[in-house]
Amino acid sequence: MSGNNIDGIIAIIEKYRGQPGSLIHALVEIQHENHWLPREVMHQVADALEVPFAQVMQIASFYKAFSLTPKGRHEVHVCTGMTCHLRGAAKLQAKVEELTGLRDGETDAENKFTFETGACLGSCSIGPELIVDGKHYGRMTPEKVEAVLKQYE
Amino acid sequence: MSEIVLKIDDKEVKVAAGTTVLQAAQQAGIYIPTLCHHEKLEAFGGCRLCIVEVESRGWTSYVVSCLYPVAKDIIVRTRSEKVDKIRKVLVEELMAHAPDAPELVKLAEVYGADRNRFERKESFCVVCGLCVRYCDEVKHLNAVGFIDNGAEREISFIPEVAKDVCWECQECFALCPTSYAQAAYLLTEALAFPGQRKAAVRAAKVPVATQRIIPIKPVAATT
Repeated sequence: MSGNNIDGIIAIIEKYRGQPGSLIHALVEIQHENHWLPREVMHQVADALEVPFAQVMQIASFYKAFSLTPKGRHEVHVCTGMTCHLRGAAKLQAKVEELTGLRDGETDAENKFTFETGACLGSCSIGPELIVDGKHYGRMTPEKVEAVLKQYE
Repeated sequence: MSEIVLKIDDKEVKVAAGTTVLQAAQQAGIYIPTLCHHEKLEAFGGCRLCIVEVESRGWTSYVVSCLYPVAKDIIVRTRSEKVDKIRKVLVEELMAHAPDAPELVKLAEVYGADRNRFERKESFCVVCGLCVRYCDEVKHLNAVGFIDNGAEREISFIPEVAKDVCWECQECFALCPTSYAQAAYLLTEALAFPGQRKAAVRAAKVPVATQRIIPIKPVAATT
């Protein structure tokens, strides 16, 4: 965790101090800032927002948007929905897995990429689709994907 | 508070507005099976076993009585062919988790449920939430909580909290219909803070021959 992150996390927790009803907001913002929710941070959230830690865990483990394990700097999503599949998403997924060395849900040792599949990511007309850090790459092919992933450090 | 008259199994029942159908039936001495209900806790609607048939203005619907508030002139039937069938399937699904839980065995007999109908599940927790809700609402300790969602949902003791409070309490063990709460606690203890049970056994000077039996505190009968 870099120093920047810690300051950001503390600021978020302070913003919601004493507001149990803002638990999900606080967790969403921390997830966005830090890409995952470390246990110590959730303890701090529980104490500051005056919510039992068990409830913080319940919320954090309930929603897929929250990650309880470290994630990479860049989140790579390949859509495996029906339309993307018919347009060749399986081959795209195989190529991304080969390039990153990751399978669905995994993060590499350097914390560079986290790879996840999802369906449907909502842009069927430009499938097969690759999303990196929220940026959509449409009409993606196994040939083009290497150049895209190379842009990210 | 205004009173409401309704009919439960052909019996006229008069209760205060805001009462649930389950409470009204219990006040009238009519039995409705429940698993996740506890009168000290807020209604949960988790097990669905208290489902009843409600006829209101000619329309029949199926509702869980622990959450359904009484209304004027409704007709409640606690047993009908369809209600019994729904309960039978519910018991069968719960038995995929805990086929030997005494309460389920009894219910299976009443409703003719087949304990082997569904493939056996990994966990014998039926996710009734009694331990989680009791720890939260009555004890205010929150040492045990729900984790995950959907079919993967389970209860989990929070080691940081459980370490300091569970040994002295243990009250959820007796509430649990399947003994899963106790099993989950002992697993958490073994993994996260071993030695507490051993120390308590030594302190209690339990004869060696019976030390393998976990000394669980006798729980005061809850009314």
